Amino acid sequence: MAEAVRDRRSGLAPCDFETVDLDTYIGRVPGLEEFRVRPDLDAYDCRNNRLAQLALETDGFAGAVAEARERHDAARIGVFLGTSTSGILETELAYRRRDPRTGALPPDYRYAQTHNTYSLGDFVRRYLGLQGPACVVSSACSSTAKVFGNAARLIVAGVCDAAVVGGVDSLCLTTLYGFHSLELTSRAPCRPFDAERDGLSIGEGAGFALLERIGGRHRAGGAQLLGIGESCDAFHMSTPHPDGLGARYAMQRALESAGLAPADIDYINLHGTATRSNDAAEDRSVWELFGERTPCSSTKGATGHLLGAAGITEIIISILAIEHDFMPGSAHTRRIDPALKSKYLIEPREAHVGCALSNSFGFGGSNCSVVLGAAG
Amino acid sequence: MLAYIEGVGLAGPGLRGWQASRAILAGSQAYSFAPTAVAASEMLPAAERRRAGMPVKLALAAGQEAHAHAARDVAATATVFASSSGDCDNVHHMLEALATPERHISPTRFHNSVHNAAAGYWSIATQCRAPSTSLCCHDASFAAGLLEAVSQVLATGAPVVLIAYDHPYPEPLNAVRPIAGDFGVAILLAPRATERAAAAVDVAFMPQAQETSRATDPGLEKLRTGVPAARSLPLLAALARGTRETVILEYVAGTHLRVAVSPCS
Repeated sequence: MAEAVRDRRSGLAPCDFETVDLDTYIGRVPGLEEFRVRPDLDAYDCRNNRLAQLALETDGFAGAVAEARERHDAARIGVFLGTSTSGILETELAYRRRDPRTGALPPDYRYAQTHNTYSLGDFVRRYLGLQGPACVVSSACSSTAKVFGNAARLIVAGVCDAAVVGGVDSLCLTTLYGFHSLELTSRAPCRPFDAERDGLSIGEGAGFALLERIGGRHRAGGAQLLGIGESCDAFHMSTPHPDGLGARYAMQRALESAGLAPADIDYINLHGTATRSNDAAEDRSVWELFGERTPCSSTKGATGHLLGAAGITEIIISILAIEHDFMPGSAHTRRIDPALKSKYLIEPREAHVGCALSNSFGFGGSNCSVVLGAAG
Repeated sequence: MLAYIEGVGLAGPGLRGWQASRAILAGSQAYSFAPTAVAASEMLPAAERRRAGMPVKLALAAGQEAHAHAARDVAATATVFASSSGDCDNVHHMLEALATPERHISPTRFHNSVHNAAAGYWSIATQCRAPSTSLCCHDASFAAGLLEAVSQVLATGAPVVLIAYDHPYPEPLNAVRPIAGDFGVAILLAPRATERAAAAVDVAFMPQAQETSRATDPGLEKLRTGVPAARSLPLLAALARGTRETVILEYVAGTHLRVAVSPCS
């Protein structure tokens, strides 16, 4: 992933998902259609949980959790995950197969294990054999950033010793047709911060991190969680506050909780969806706090907008930036909008990243910023 | 984890507000089922009031009552929203539209389909920009919300309101996920024992099997098992009785929360 982001590679391609007939680009994970979840958890089989299992088995993550289970009691490891649409694709497909006489859903349809928002948490907790507290946060596109806060709070309170955080969002008709109805999807691969940006590209993805308190610090992979800030726009359900007011509160609160000043942040991974309104509002709030000094970029030209999974994906990219000392560039962005004033990077940069900030904003005006630093 | 309850709000079948329901919950007045009566909040701007569904009404009614009870400013309290299934009517209509050849869904349908829609409308109504989260734990959503709210009070030293609500699906989803009625409950928690505090609650995660607390009245017990947010009823009954007692709430996969309630005199 570090190399792909470094090289400005993009996974976006013309939409070929299911029977969707929209003129847009998507980031589809190949092979999920043929994949099945582990046989003992067959009841949970759906695209969202397949993607969860695929990620749990990547980079030795499930093995690392098994090792953590040796160090801690399984009842002391929490599971705090995020998703926006969970396994709703199963219900979308089931609604096509309703009994023509009674309207009933087909008998093989399983609501709790697929559609319900908690399905993801239930599946992952069972898959990893964990017995601690669990819940699924679903605050649209800020979900998998916010779960770092849930986990850190319960670790500090002494309820957990460690926690699996992150989450999944997978392609479905709801989000593809929904964003299309809002006229927020681009016909081309999305171009964050570009003068000609005209909307987002939807993708799917999954990511997990094991958060542990070691020596008074919250460790996640090769980095540590330094701070988290959350806020509401209190403005509109699907349009960001034009001045980026809620975004600024989230970033300020994240810096405060990390005990850092704006000048301490070396790189910002923006939410940067490539819609006209998000990028303008986010730019304004970043510029007001950080001025023209702090390099920033959005990696959504590479991944697409992973919606509920955007937070964890971009937090992992920020951790990689810290581990490998580089700042990601912006795939597909050609010419930066001259109206945007922040120090936006089109080309990647090899430079020391001691501290990074990652932004995730969602519908309902839900904002979350996370500050990460070197493990130290 | 210790926190102090300053205010409660309630809107459920036959339960028209916390103050009006205390005698029923304490067992000194009979419970009788009646459809949940809740009006759209005056606090929402007209456009949002038109777009808001039943879950938003439940959340606003319960949340406002808890703040009035605690004499706290709605614009200043952090929020935790907990629900099994969000706006079930809205999701059903969206799924029906997506099963047609046109697949036309309206922008309002789509943005109301997010699990945090109630939180979004709440923040617009109250102009509150404090942290807010929206979570789900299927039947255990209230317990998960309580654990999260108490841990936030502890971490921030600021008050947090937990707002849990559930609303039934229409058919065909009702057949596979029955929710027995409209229910909203709000509990405003604070870090210190001030003159506002009604009771202290000490919340602990119990990984072992426990015997879950039940409602004494058969009608209320039916509600408790039928609506995820109504799993709060044994805790509400303890608060209504004003006695020192321990309530056991079912949490995920055989785990529980132990809530030790002590009234503040």
